[in-house]
Amino acid sequence: MTNADILAKIKGGSSDKDKPRKLCLIASKGSLDMAYPPLILANAALMSGIEVEIFFTFWGLDIITKKKMDKLQVATVGNPNMHPMFHIPTFLGGLPGMSYLASVMMRKEIDALGFPPVGEFMETVIDAGAKVYGCKMSMDMMKLTEEDMIDGTEILGAMEFMEVSEGAQVLFV
Amino acid sequence: MTLTADFSVLETLEFDDDGFLANASDWTEDIAIAVAAVLEIELTEMHWQVINFARAEFEANGEAPTIRRITKAGGVPTKELYSLFPGGAAKTAAKIAGLPKPTGCI
Repeated sequence: MTNADILAKIKGGSSDKDKPRKLCLIASKGSLDMAYPPLILANAALMSGIEVEIFFTFWGLDIITKKKMDKLQVATVGNPNMHPMFHIPTFLGGLPGMSYLASVMMRKEIDALGFPPVGEFMETVIDAGAKVYGCKMSMDMMKLTEEDMIDGTEILGAMEFMEVSEGAQVLFV
Repeated sequence: MTLTADFSVLETLEFDDDGFLANASDWTEDIAIAVAAVLEIELTEMHWQVINFARAEFEANGEAPTIRRITKAGGVPTKELYSLFPGGAAKTAAKIAGLPKPTGCI
């Protein structure tokens, strides 16, 4: 192999440089279990050098709401995965405190895998360069203002999101 | 390429298809300087802190540390890590430190 080939390999395909890859995630759910997929994907993309923008809408806004981000809960009723994973039969899932208990258990499991709590994870992806948007219409509906959201949140309408996501791979979670 | 280095140290080495050093044991500091120059990075003391931490972790555990481990135990904040190693901190740092392509999710 010639030296030039080696240099090109290390650089990693010069064609990539002309058009950087971009990932746009739409985070629409705010339960503890559904907060992690967009964050894990965003973080993986950033670690690989892919540009990331995340649009938080509806219940997904809880992930970037300061008062809620570290108190997200997993549903114990109407969640078919609950029984095999946490051994909570559906008929018991509705008892007071069940959701809290399952959430505590899940937080422990997440921590054991070396993943940070939601708030810290959000700070990490923002520090790593992700752009974070709050859906204007959902925020109005939930009476949220910019001060309620994690630092760095930009408020955006759906049409503006169409502009920022131009040319990106878009993923709805 | 704006940075110059002794690229001849790379000639006899084997790299995988993504540009990661095939054998981590072949790595030397001169290789790190040359690979960094290819990626247009001039290594500073902070870079070496990360590289040496990653190498030590790899030798101890057999795998490259995750970005979270570098920020938590290695003491380099996330923001700084990404500005030290542009183009994806995990990949760029592993290339320079001569470690295999990172596979961790965090």
